[in-house]
Amino acid sequence: MRSIKNHLSLIIALFSIVFTMQIYIVIDRTVVAYENDLNNNYSVVVVTKKKMEPKTLVSLSPTITSAKEISTKEVLTNLQSQMKQRHIDLLKLSLPHFYALHLNHYPTPSELQTLRKRLERNAEITRIEDFAKSHDTIYTLLLLYKSISMLFAIGIFAVTSLLIIKEMRIWQFQHNERMSIMAMFGAPVWMRSAVLFRLAIVDAIIASLLAIATFSYADFTKVGSEQLRSIGVEVQIFELVNDGMLIVALALSLSIILATLIVIGHKEEV
Amino acid sequence: MDKVILAEELSLAYNSEETIISKANFAVSSGDFVFITGASGSGKSTLLRSFYGALRPENGSLIVGGVEVNNISSSKLNFLRRHIGIVFQDYKLVKDWNIGKNVALPLIINGYAKDVSDIQVDKLLNHVKLSHKIEKYPQELSGGEQQRVAMARALAHNPILILADEPTGNLDDYSSRLIWNLLEGANTQLKATVVIVTHHIPEDLAVEYKHFNIEGGTVYEIN
Repeated sequence: MRSIKNHLSLIIALFSIVFTMQIYIVIDRTVVAYENDLNNNYSVVVVTKKKMEPKTLVSLSPTITSAKEISTKEVLTNLQSQMKQRHIDLLKLSLPHFYALHLNHYPTPSELQTLRKRLERNAEITRIEDFAKSHDTIYTLLLLYKSISMLFAIGIFAVTSLLIIKEMRIWQFQHNERMSIMAMFGAPVWMRSAVLFRLAIVDAIIASLLAIATFSYADFTKVGSEQLRSIGVEVQIFELVNDGMLIVALALSLSIILATLIVIGHKEEV
Repeated sequence: MDKVILAEELSLAYNSEETIISKANFAVSSGDFVFITGASGSGKSTLLRSFYGALRPENGSLIVGGVEVNNISSSKLNFLRRHIGIVFQDYKLVKDWNIGKNVALPLIINGYAKDVSDIQVDKLLNHVKLSHKIEKYPQELSGGEQQRVAMARALAHNPILILADEPTGNLDDYSSRLIWNLLEGANTQLKATVVIVTHHIPEDLAVEYKHFNIEGGTVYEIN
């Protein structure tokens, strides 16, 4: 019973830390997926007098990853019923060329301005449509998501620090006396600390397994995935190998740091 | 006879302004049974602490078990302590460990095999009449029982030197007698050197002993 109580205090603290960290990872992953989704659906449209090679357009800015000509065929086909073929042929000759420019990331309003200026410098480009108004609204929303995610990260850091400090005090109280007694009987530092490190490692593994089980279940039951899909985002809540390893590494590092700090801070009674 | 403790011009202080023991000169030989007495706050326990290196000399020299304690390295200090058995007035048992493990502590530190250690623990707990409480935790024992456990722990590894700080200070007559018998037995049978800090020397001791008294920071031998 006594032993379980000793273990529980650290397991709960470590579990809380790795749990909140994984929640942060999921939020961050959602924001990134949302940003990618926005970027995939976003392109700047340029109108040129002459036909241009896509690679020439790509070379205009490092932000541009690809350029694709927008076919006018469909528009002209629609007009066929309303106009004579002669007029359509004339229209075809005078019609400019349209290109959709895809970017390597979803740009900030200032990046969009810079891109616009670069494109405007090219004499062949007569018009640029960057859908700035709708872009800015969406971008503000994205910034809001990012800010919330950042606030959450700061919150995690604060909670983690408090939990670690609290846990360290409990551990110092619990282990100092035993370490002093062992020192008085000539135990070397590694032996005095061995119990502490063993406890820390075992508790870190238990806390990690609990967190892994919780998130695997959440991933299996697709918690929140419907809500995310409704905003066009599909993320995996828990990646067993990557996230699992991260959880184990974090729990182990924290508990080992905690144990090391106690060993360093240990002062022998005189 | 070999000197187990040799103090020359030994001064002890917790801070440089307040000297507790001043320029003490004394020797404890192998196999001695020694009492250190003095009024409360005279520095008896401080002197005892210096013997296991918990307090380093401010001045002078202190040699314990052939090792100079003044500038002893931590590995040498650990080695020295592995040959000393200490009994504290407040027992200093590990609260999270049962009685068996507490007694086994010096054996674990000295690298005894588990089966050898188990036999030794059984024998010692039998000696202190606590073998039936091997699985109990210190808090579940009375003060007298805890001190008997501490005594068993101090004897577990057959130390060359046993240091006891007020070992019977808070105990009833039965436990006190048992502790004195064990200390005498350690001296006569195990040939351990025993140094005891106490207010009161029992009258019915069966061993010959040396007596040091501390007064005003000076250590005197009383014949």
